[in-house]
Amino acid sequence: MNKVPNNKAWWLVLPVFLLVAFSAVVPMMTVVNYSVQDIFDQSSRYFVGADWYRQVLLDPSLHDSLLRQFIYSGCVLLIEIPLGIAIALTMPARGRWSSLCLIVLAIPLLIPWNVVGTIWQIFGRADIGLLGATLSWLGISYNYATNTMDAWVTVLVMDVWHWTSLVALLCYSGLRAIPDVYYQAARIDRASAWAVFRHIQLPKMKNVLLIAVMLRFMDSFMIYTEPFVLTGGGPGNATTFLSQTLTKMAVGQFDLGPAAAFSLVYFLIILLVSWLFYTAMTHADKE
Amino acid sequence: MDWMAWTLPTAAFFTAIALLLVGMTFAELHSPCIERRGFLPIATTRGDRLFIGLLVSAWVHLLVIGVTDWSLWVASLLSLLWLLIVLRWG
Repeated sequence: MNKVPNNKAWWLVLPVFLLVAFSAVVPMMTVVNYSVQDIFDQSSRYFVGADWYRQVLLDPSLHDSLLRQFIYSGCVLLIEIPLGIAIALTMPARGRWSSLCLIVLAIPLLIPWNVVGTIWQIFGRADIGLLGATLSWLGISYNYATNTMDAWVTVLVMDVWHWTSLVALLCYSGLRAIPDVYYQAARIDRASAWAVFRHIQLPKMKNVLLIAVMLRFMDSFMIYTEPFVLTGGGPGNATTFLSQTLTKMAVGQFDLGPAAAFSLVYFLIILLVSWLFYTAMTHADKE
Repeated sequence: MDWMAWTLPTAAFFTAIALLLVGMTFAELHSPCIERRGFLPIATTRGDRLFIGLLVSAWVHLLVIGVTDWSLWVASLLSLLWLLIVLRWG
């Protein structure tokens, strides 16, 4: 049978295109315009070429927060993806326990970002917080406000608590979509639990894992509210991530030009890494 | 449009991008492209190659600004060359 290509369906994309144009493309163009000018007010602005880019790319404090950001996002992915898969594998497949698990898992996802920060801020306090008080009762010195390592661990654990559920729920839906015949065939072949995981469950979960990895990477790379509420970027600059540095520059100091240049570099990093993830994961089985 | 703070170079840049997209649409209508394998390690369509070309070009510009003190025109020329190569043989 000959298929006739009909491109008229593209007209149906037009509303979305207009919406995205106004919410993303026009602001983005404006940012590009800002990044090549020194703007004092509406009537006096001067073209400076690539000067802001040069300043931003050579700024050591930005290098530091970029490095911190990569370490943070790397840790988030390394913890949340395997943990989410493990939780999804151990969850009951059907019955009332599975509903209960789903509800319990969904609760952290419903909590707004700034509330998550506040919850952990109190949770970690040595005088009134359950975690902080328990740790000091056990004789472990723990203070996320003064100790760099404690601050890092708290910010990480907070993100793991908030978002591992998302990975687990996605993997759970992927696992439920595997037909029973695959498991029956595996039983006939006397496949080990590991072989079932490696050759049936993992390949079948690939698509949801792709979404999970992309969402967690982009979200953790743009993280702002939780560390801002919890540690305010401190102690020192230990938990100041990229978006906080950017906000300080754009809103705190009102350096629109450098902030615009920096946000475009930020955008290019996210675009590149997301594209690499996507390409690597979608092309892995084609070869 | 004044609030967008347009400058001539950025306007030229976005016009070029828009023309590229329109051009790609007409090229697709004229001769629909088939996914193929060039010197890049993955099979790509024409649009994929344009995306890869533009993304790498952006990074070439950032590299030239950040690492060297060459003129930006060097980066632009290198990018144009890269874009042509990747679209033809990528």
